[in-house]
Amino acid sequence: MRMDIMLDIKNLHATTEGREILRGISLQVNAGEVHAIMGPNGSGKSTLAQVLAGRDGYDVAGEVLYEGNNLLAMSPEDRAVAGVFLAFQYPIEIPGVGNLYFLRTALNAVRKQRGLEELDAMDFLALAKERMKLVEMDQSFMSRSVNEGFSGGEKKRNEIFQMAILEPKLAILDETDSGLDIDALRVVASGVNALRSKDRSMLVITHYQRLLDYIVPDRVHVLVNGRIVRSGTKDLALELEKNGYTELEQEEAARTSPALGGPL
Amino acid sequence: MSSTANAFLEGLSRCDEKRNGHHPGWLKGLRRAAFQWVVEQGFPTTKDEAWKYTRVGPILEIPFEPAEPDTSRRLDVGSITELAGDLGGARIVVVNGYFAPQLSSLQGLPAGVTVMSLAAALAHDEALLEPLLSRPFREQPHAFTALSAALAEDGVFVRIHANTMIEDPIHVVFVSDAGALPLVSHPRCLVLAGPGSRATIVENYVGILGDVSLTNAITDVVLDEGAVIEHYKLQNENQTAFHIALLDVRQGRGSRFSSHSLALGSSTARHEVRVRLEAPGAEVTLNGLYMPRGEQHLDNPTTIEHAAPNCTSRELYIGIVDGRGRGSFDGRVIVRPGAFKTDASQTNKNLLLSESAQVDTRPRLEIFADDVKCAHGAAVGQIDDDAVFYLRSRGVPHGAARGMLTYAFASEMLGRLRVEALRSRVEQMVAWRLGGVAAA
Repeated sequence: MRMDIMLDIKNLHATTEGREILRGISLQVNAGEVHAIMGPNGSGKSTLAQVLAGRDGYDVAGEVLYEGNNLLAMSPEDRAVAGVFLAFQYPIEIPGVGNLYFLRTALNAVRKQRGLEELDAMDFLALAKERMKLVEMDQSFMSRSVNEGFSGGEKKRNEIFQMAILEPKLAILDETDSGLDIDALRVVASGVNALRSKDRSMLVITHYQRLLDYIVPDRVHVLVNGRIVRSGTKDLALELEKNGYTELEQEEAARTSPALGGPL
Repeated sequence: MSSTANAFLEGLSRCDEKRNGHHPGWLKGLRRAAFQWVVEQGFPTTKDEAWKYTRVGPILEIPFEPAEPDTSRRLDVGSITELAGDLGGARIVVVNGYFAPQLSSLQGLPAGVTVMSLAAALAHDEALLEPLLSRPFREQPHAFTALSAALAEDGVFVRIHANTMIEDPIHVVFVSDAGALPLVSHPRCLVLAGPGSRATIVENYVGILGDVSLTNAITDVVLDEGAVIEHYKLQNENQTAFHIALLDVRQGRGSRFSSHSLALGSSTARHEVRVRLEAPGAEVTLNGLYMPRGEQHLDNPTTIEHAAPNCTSRELYIGIVDGRGRGSFDGRVIVRPGAFKTDASQTNKNLLLSESAQVDTRPRLEIFADDVKCAHGAAVGQIDDDAVFYLRSRGVPHGAARGMLTYAFASEMLGRLRVEALRSRVEQMVAWRLGGVAAA
């Protein structure tokens, strides 16, 4: 059984600029499972994603095991080549660095780690063309600079396209639905669904239940004020959609500071 | 004048007397006057406004010897290709300031183009050359233009006759080949572009590893009405060399000039560009890339003078400074009275790669006319941490991620190099400097 645990987060804390954002998160994701993390703005969802991907600027305590290895001790690039992928909420524009060149460099770093031969430009182009179809991306994007001048939707497609190229074992999708209209959301979600497999786990971070109509999770966790306050099946997401986060936020407030507790 | 400067001049004056014999009278007079000027005025220091960023002191402490013609025993055509590449067209080689016919190849130049050594041109048509050779010293005397006027003997003369168009670049390679003793050379390059002519000139300054040399170079470019000249200067001298240079450009009506200054080599280099837009409708574009690292100082003073109405100038200099390197951009745009409808823009962007890297930027507009459109801006920044993290999160190692982003910063300039063979050569040099990032 233990071999099936992809990600094991134990009592994870993260502090930045004197403020504790994650306040003791514990979570297990098995291989092949899709877990959704939901929560109101400021609950720490994006911080969790950033900490798992290795962003500096956080004081981190607790333990995170990825395939049994200490993830927090690894550099961001080591995590990436080991199979961790973060689809950014706000993908970075990098003028002057070609999309194709960047992604081939990244893929070859990953392949090297996996003991595979590096792909040359021709082979890579063939692979890229095939994977772009997954997210209905236009080939002209390949000759452009990384995310430069892309619309919000194009940037999100590019993230999922990169994921399709790098074939991670653990994909963390940080608000991949934000800024997408319904058509773009369908395209992106179907790209993600095509990448679901029994060996690949996903952590889908979202504010809204809407995305989970398309990417149906195995488990749903609700993050409030840096803690997971509720876990359940996909029905939990529907319940949140109906009732909102307010009740859970108030419960959490009451729990952490009883003297001021209770609904106002 | 200081005793070091005296000793420096003493060393250089030795050759002067014995070679002066065969020069025409006006040139003898110019040489004497120019040398006298340096003796009296001395060398600039960082207290002189125009030399604020250039260290002249270390140059004066080296006992330089004057270069002699035909002294190189180490160069052949193959070694020139290794040092400077083959850009496809004619290649003129100047060694230590002297035209080297045995290393040059002038085949394939179309009719309507004259390329010869400056010494030969002087014997041939001294009346044409007198004002050109005197001008840099007469109009902007400083120690190095004066030394050039006093001591330069040879170089390259290029004349493109009216309505002649040349496709292939004219590649001029200036080699510093000092050998055991520190050597100073004063190459001169004159380019006369006749009405409606069109050509590309590539100046390439290289040296031999470990040699100590000082190159004191002046290039004059004169564009007649409607001429179009694209000029490239790749300064890639070795790390023990000093390089002081002036590119002086005069533009006639409706002419177009573009310059690309690529400063990579030398321990200290100062490449000054001066452009005077003398008649209506002239356009100039000045591009520059400087990449000091280690202990290098690379300085880039530029002056664009709008002296006539309806002229356009565009300037972009990009600096990438690493190690304890120091770079500077000191750009003046002067709009003279009456130069109405001037359209000028000037931008300087810098990237600092280390804590001890330093850059000085001074964009300046001096406007004495109404109804003009002028803009300028300067920026100094560091590599964007968010972009580094984005690349690392995809598996690109930290060093390679920084290299990629730095290359991207330079690529805005690299993309402007239109001579393909030169561009790919410079791309490789830049990529190699950034830790072997493959050219994207």
